[in-house]
Amino acid sequence: MSDIQADISRTGRSGDASFGDYVQLLKPRVMSLVVFTALVGLLVAPVQLHPIESLAVIIFIALGGGASGALNMWWDADIDRVMKRTSNRPIPNGSVEPGEALALGLGLSGMSVVMLGLASNWLAAGLLAFTIFFYAVIYTMWLKRSTPQNIVIGGAAGAFPPMIGWVAATGSISLEAVLMFTLVFMWTPPHFWALALFMNSDYSKAKVPMLTVTHGRKVTRTHILVYTVALIPVAIGAAFTSIGGPIYLAIAVILNALFLIGAWRIWRRPEERAEADKYSVEKRFFALSLAYLFGHFAAFMIEAMPLADRFAASIGWSF
Amino acid sequence: MALHREHELHTRRWSRNLGVGLTLFAFIALVFGLTIAKVQRGDQMQAYDHSYRAEIDGETQAPAGSD
Repeated sequence: MSDIQADISRTGRSGDASFGDYVQLLKPRVMSLVVFTALVGLLVAPVQLHPIESLAVIIFIALGGGASGALNMWWDADIDRVMKRTSNRPIPNGSVEPGEALALGLGLSGMSVVMLGLASNWLAAGLLAFTIFFYAVIYTMWLKRSTPQNIVIGGAAGAFPPMIGWVAATGSISLEAVLMFTLVFMWTPPHFWALALFMNSDYSKAKVPMLTVTHGRKVTRTHILVYTVALIPVAIGAAFTSIGGPIYLAIAVILNALFLIGAWRIWRRPEERAEADKYSVEKRFFALSLAYLFGHFAAFMIEAMPLADRFAASIGWSF
Repeated sequence: MALHREHELHTRRWSRNLGVGLTLFAFIALVFGLTIAKVQRGDQMQAYDHSYRAEIDGETQAPAGSD
């Protein structure tokens, strides 16, 4: 009796993860960004799918993104354990076994790709398979621990979902899909480097060669400004394609002006002042970067509404 | 008494089993809905199914009105 009691009161969590632990493995916060951008890519495309097909496409893209998150957590469990920000993830905290994460990641990868192919087309499925491979193998296993440009190249993985959404609807890659990809791709470095500026100690402890660790904060601040300047033509240029319009242009001009001011402030700040006010400017810029991406994709969505077409026609917008 | 008490471990297992069950049910419902949507839209219902079938190959069909 006492043996049984001792057994059931054990607190070790191996092999008995809750459903929520598995959901955490799929990085739900990252997944929400994937769902939103893929949904926009799907809805702004000139071809409309049946609502159930659209729902299926979004779910399978999200599952593919989640699968790559699980593979990332499986491979990175050692550095997640060291970093404060990630130490409570399901593998470091002991609620999920590494093998379970690997199995879930591989299983969901295969299932999401095949199901996306059946639900839409095989080009979209191929792009999803490439995205998973790029994030899990190219970024997680190779670039993340080997180069300070990890975020720049790895950002491609996060940039694919709107393109996949577009391709799922149209069956082909066009300028608009490439622009949505480039927007997310160019946005990723300033977004993550701002985070790295105020989470630097985490990356140092884990020996991840973030730009802040290998080249210092001053260089990182310069990189943020340079990438922000390079991002602006892409964001503004999208206004003059079939997915843009005057409403998008107005929103993009405001957001890009704010983003540029933020990047400028980060660039001219001495490190001592940033430390003194606990990186308040960097933290604000990081929050702004989330609003920036959300704002642009929400504007694409607004432009896809019939009302926006009528407004564009009424002011003589001819692009 | 201790054997019947609901332990945190049981709660976790219950949540996992319920979650997996609901996920599988949702997946089945999604595939069913997807099938209905595709059939209603009139997607290609036939394929070559092991042997060539000229009637579903647009290229081999004679143009309408030509004798």
